[in-house]
Amino acid sequence: MADAIDTHLLRKVFGDYAAVKGLTLQVQQGEVFGFLGPNGAGKTTSMKMLLGLIAPTSGQASLLGQPIGNREAMRRVGFLPEHFRFQEWLTADEFLLLHGQLLGMNKDDLQQRRDELLERVGLTPFRKKQLRTFSKGMLQRVGLAQALLNQPALVFLDEPTSGLDPVGRRLVRDVIREVSVQGTSVFLNSHLLSEIEVTCDRVAFIQHGEVVRVLELASLSNDQTSVTIRVSNLVAESLNGLSQWGREIQMDGEFVHMIIASDTVLPEVTRYLVSQNAEVYSITPNRMSLEDIFIETVGKDGGL
Amino acid sequence: MSAISIIARLTFQEAIRRRIMLAGLVLGIAFVIIYSVGTHFIFGQIAADTAANMPSQMTANIMIAESTNTFMMMGLYAATFLSIAMAALLGADTLAGEITSGTIQTIATKPIGRADVVLGKWLGFAELLGLYVLLLAGGIVLSVFIQTGYTPQNLLLGLGLIYTESILIMTITVMLSAAFPALATGGIVFGLYGLAFIGGWVEQFGALLQNDTAIKVGIITSLIIPSESLWRRAAFEMQAPLTGTFGSPFTTTSVPSPLMMGYAIFYLVVILLSAIRIFQKRDL
Repeated sequence: MADAIDTHLLRKVFGDYAAVKGLTLQVQQGEVFGFLGPNGAGKTTSMKMLLGLIAPTSGQASLLGQPIGNREAMRRVGFLPEHFRFQEWLTADEFLLLHGQLLGMNKDDLQQRRDELLERVGLTPFRKKQLRTFSKGMLQRVGLAQALLNQPALVFLDEPTSGLDPVGRRLVRDVIREVSVQGTSVFLNSHLLSEIEVTCDRVAFIQHGEVVRVLELASLSNDQTSVTIRVSNLVAESLNGLSQWGREIQMDGEFVHMIIASDTVLPEVTRYLVSQNAEVYSITPNRMSLEDIFIETVGKDGGL
Repeated sequence: MSAISIIARLTFQEAIRRRIMLAGLVLGIAFVIIYSVGTHFIFGQIAADTAANMPSQMTANIMIAESTNTFMMMGLYAATFLSIAMAALLGADTLAGEITSGTIQTIATKPIGRADVVLGKWLGFAELLGLYVLLLAGGIVLSVFIQTGYTPQNLLLGLGLIYTESILIMTITVMLSAAFPALATGGIVFGLYGLAFIGGWVEQFGALLQNDTAIKVGIITSLIIPSESLWRRAAFEMQAPLTGTFGSPFTTTSVPSPLMMGYAIFYLVVILLSAIRIFQKRDL
């Protein structure tokens, strides 16, 4: 089966500024893929290129095995834009009807799907109201319903939880999980790292319009663990010896901080310290959060 | 249902929901009423004066028909101007506004062509303008007919040309709106309209004074933007036999040729195709 998204050195230049330098990434079918990066890294431009809204300057990309902009592929794609604005003079019902018609859905499927989705996002009581009367959270919900009308094989969500209250955020998270179980690939662009952390299978870090790192989040718990060891009577040579299990070793009073590849090495580290006659009081593994990895990857300045 | 008709219906629906239709209807009716009240007294006065001063009934009838026609053309000229203003207002914000707000993004990522978006909007506006021209220009003609029993010659052709002029301005506006922000679009369209207007006058006076250079200036202006030449052809088609010998913006002395009319239609098609092309190339 073709990848949901496959890009090779996709590039966009505005004047003499390269907003996206060369994006190469693959998203598999059914995967929830997080797209991370500091402001101005080219995330939205990349997404718009994939959706055919912006023409790439060079490079190749395909969605669902078709070149970008292909109508058959777009029939199976959903999109919730960032800072979205919709036809505010339409009611929620009419709005979903319009988008379903543009997707070429047949009338019966469309009505059934619309009713299901309005119920799912909790807007059934408001379906006859014009969108102008909706709060930001309600608009975000109806936008999400719009993106899922065609039961897409691939859905793009650009900051889907921005401006939502905790209840709304939970709803979006649950919906992402549900559609993912049904086999929909999700391409999620978000600043909320905690959201990404709980929803995504994989993330790509993008900086200056290039993918700088791709990470499996399932491996986050045993990969990339930092550990704090409280120890006394540790000589410098013994401290250096720790580098065989970890990196970025720092000594701070009687605390030693280091990053280890996996927590499976901890028993060995303990035996080593004891054999060096050090007094070990505690060893505390700290799971690295996505935020730590983000800052480690893009740097504290956000890559400015 | 095709994508073009979905977008056309949406465009029509937007005009109704945002009360553009209502505003147009109310002001259009007010326009026809004021015109009717004004001409009611004028026509009465003319009939009385003419009957008193003209040597025979036949000459009196000719003079009454001539002056009735002049007042009708005056009303139609105002109706044409209002239709053009409506065409520019409808079109100026359409693509520009939706690009700025991002509304276009969920539309343009559907499995439809960008040409469908442009053509659908164009069709929706063309329907709206058809109703508006019918209300204003049709209202004037009907009012004069009810008051005096007068109908101009070539009425349908004349109204068709007035409608085509509003379509031409709307198409130019839609094209500019695909490239520029709404305010710039409106400014350029009215600038072009002003150019056509002054070019038309230069050509009229050139014809009266038999100055070839002035006529050429007018023709070149019509080639740049043929909107005014459509009005002048419409006026020529509908005007009474003697009126054409006097110059005024409501009548015409230098008549745009059928070739110029063909050019105007060609121009309209090229502009519409350019609008599609510009929108297809545009990053949204």
